[in-house]
Amino acid sequence: MIDSARPAFEPGGRLSAFGSVFDGFETFLFTPRTVSGPASVHVHDANDSKRTMIIVVLALMPCFLFGMYNTGYQHWLALGAEEMPLWPLMLYGFLAILPKVAVSYFVGLGIEFAFAQWRKEEIQEGFLVTGILIPMICPVEIPLWMLAVATAFAVVFAKEVFGGTGYNIVNVALVARAFLFFAYPGHMSGDKVFVATGKALGYGTPVADGFTCATPLGQIATHSGGDLMLTGVDGHVFTAWDAFLGLIPGSFGETSVLCILIGAAVLLFTGMASWRIMAGVFAGGLCMGWIANVFASPVYPASLLPAWEQLLYGGFAFAAVFMATDPVTAARTNTGKWIYGVLIGVMAVIIRVYNNGYPEGAMLAVLLMNVFSSLIDWCVVQANIRRRMRRLTAKTSES
Amino acid sequence: MKIKLTKGYDLPIAGAVAADAGTRDIKAAAVAVAPGDFPGFVPKPDVAPGDVVGAGAPLMHDKTYPGLKLVSPLGGRVTAVVRGERRKLLQVVVEAEDGIEPQRFDTRQLTREKAVALLAGSGLLAMMRRRPYDIVPDPCEVPRDIFVTAIYSAPLELPLAARVGEADVELLELGTALLASLTPGKVYISHDKTWTLGRVKGAEMVEFRGKHPVGNVGVQISNIKPVNKGESVWTLDVETLRRVGYLMKHGVVDTSAVVGIVGPAVEEPCVVRTSAGAAVAPLLAAAGVVADGHHHRVVSGNVLVGTAIDADGYLHYPYRLLTVLDNGDDIDEFMGWASLSPSKMSVYRSFPGHFLKRLFRPDARLLGGRRAMILSGEYDAMMPMDILPEYLLKAIIARDIDKMEQLGIYEVAPEDFALAEYADTSKIPLQHIVREGIEFMRKEV
Repeated sequence: MIDSARPAFEPGGRLSAFGSVFDGFETFLFTPRTVSGPASVHVHDANDSKRTMIIVVLALMPCFLFGMYNTGYQHWLALGAEEMPLWPLMLYGFLAILPKVAVSYFVGLGIEFAFAQWRKEEIQEGFLVTGILIPMICPVEIPLWMLAVATAFAVVFAKEVFGGTGYNIVNVALVARAFLFFAYPGHMSGDKVFVATGKALGYGTPVADGFTCATPLGQIATHSGGDLMLTGVDGHVFTAWDAFLGLIPGSFGETSVLCILIGAAVLLFTGMASWRIMAGVFAGGLCMGWIANVFASPVYPASLLPAWEQLLYGGFAFAAVFMATDPVTAARTNTGKWIYGVLIGVMAVIIRVYNNGYPEGAMLAVLLMNVFSSLIDWCVVQANIRRRMRRLTAKTSES
Repeated sequence: MKIKLTKGYDLPIAGAVAADAGTRDIKAAAVAVAPGDFPGFVPKPDVAPGDVVGAGAPLMHDKTYPGLKLVSPLGGRVTAVVRGERRKLLQVVVEAEDGIEPQRFDTRQLTREKAVALLAGSGLLAMMRRRPYDIVPDPCEVPRDIFVTAIYSAPLELPLAARVGEADVELLELGTALLASLTPGKVYISHDKTWTLGRVKGAEMVEFRGKHPVGNVGVQISNIKPVNKGESVWTLDVETLRRVGYLMKHGVVDTSAVVGIVGPAVEEPCVVRTSAGAAVAPLLAAAGVVADGHHHRVVSGNVLVGTAIDADGYLHYPYRLLTVLDNGDDIDEFMGWASLSPSKMSVYRSFPGHFLKRLFRPDARLLGGRRAMILSGEYDAMMPMDILPEYLLKAIIARDIDKMEQLGIYEVAPEDFALAEYADTSKIPLQHIVREGIEFMRKEV
């Protein structure tokens, strides 16, 4: 069937304007028959870009499923429910996130398809990951039109203008989030956006107007005087265990450190993400968290947290595992990866602790280091060049 | 000296020759010499169709260094001088005839000049390479050192014992002595633990351990004594060294070739002794390769750096291996990227086959679309050299001469990137890029 449909999509065919889309679906369904050149490697590894991206999406699934549960859980808490029925919670969370995922993919893939056709290129699969990341790192109450605008902005200005998948300088999903964060701060932080309060596609019971609950980091940032107590939707005091499991308010996919670690295990096992970067981010965060805690001051309430708790709250762990490790925007040399990772960890905690205006610093830290990753790599490459130059000078001085 | 390499990968491909396989003799009825196999050699023919030549007699010479020859692998009659576009000389075909004396060479009282002229005139210099650039050595230049690899680590290569044995020690020593007279430096012989011939007199022995590309001479140089800007070294394999010794002892060129016929599409992988450049059809028939409806790909060489040829074509230099595999252009595979089939070969752990101690039957498909470089560190893991492959490749693509020099273009050959090209998720033709970069540097510098 595909073979018989192909001529219409080839140049000159009546559907040639959709050639890239056709190609995209064909290569999705069937492994391309393209063979190696006559004077190249004659066998190729079975791994390709499609599989790479799908594995990252699979690694995100524990967080995604937990996000559905937690969205329902927080909603039920806000209603004052005593019992937490699993399937209704999941259904509510699913219906709450479904429109966001649909909008993100629809807008993003639409733009990707259009650009691919315009450039007469094959459709690339980078947005498969970005498309699911964007709703996962935003508050669940974000309006759909904002999500659409941010996705479009990020895909066009952070990716396509640089040449598409593999050429972007900063992480596309984070650009979408940063766009929302600076353009519509009221919908990205504060105490009204992190718990779903309305009906999800007509399902569930709306919570009474005037309901508020901030994320733990939001509460810390606005904390003034007295003991630092982090409380949940129903007023109970959080433990670090709650934060580790993820039953706290926060952006959709990033609350559960446990699920993030499962995702990290998948990425590291399959070799799709760099362990150096992940370890670097956690090490940097711990180190800076420890320094902040040693010099703890009530002026900077986040410094009152012990170092290891810094890793449990907000988007830190999610950023370390899924954002910092994006190979296109991260440092690409092995030494560079360590430096890049550590600096992200350090910067995230610095922003979080010492800038009271921003309760969370992980997003900005990753974006900042995305920009600097090429510089870090440049320094590492220079070291290799210097080694070669030294060899040459040593030889010249001998002779 | 002992050096252990940790990077690299041995491709687990089916179709190797059994350890106890004997060697069959197949007399070549026709041979061809293709100057395209000898980069840097600009051919001018010395013969015309109908000429009678002896084994070792020149078929063509180099435009720049007329003393540098490619010679006939057997005695017979020249039947074709094949030219391509713009009259580019593609190959010279010789059909065997009996009773033609081989060309004899004078190997007595060799000064350095005479020694180089002997190697150049006997076609053996063309079987060596010069680094930088991985081209045929310039006979006028004095190499810093000479590196010989006695490790055949590429996929499905025959074991060392099929190429040199106890009886060849004298030839290796004679060859080493001749090479040693060409360089003020050393003659290094790199070997692995399968080397049983002891120390070769006059050579510096280096033992390597590790996976492919440990047998690539470029990798060995990089770990022994890297090439600097302004220097040059010559490289060859131990079989060529034996041929040099044979020439010294007998005064004639040994133009025989021990060829492994291997690969997943070969019914009975075997070893044959024939002539360099022999027609492959009889060899394939001997190994039971028949037209079975599948599209086959016949590769002269190994699957990483070989040349795809027609089934009625001729062996290409280095005349060591003939690999046959399925081409794969007649296969429809539904959603192959999602496959969990244990028959998929990969360096990645997301494929169950990665964990199985089994051999695979890969075909020649790219198994994916070409993309920009996305994953990082893939090439590094396959290159045990002090080179940052990704950055060197980018410098080559940008044609940035300074950066290419600084990042080590003089130290690499396309074959050093072959394993990275295999593993590359983005399916970029790395060897092609490096070859173009090297050509560009030769023209510009």
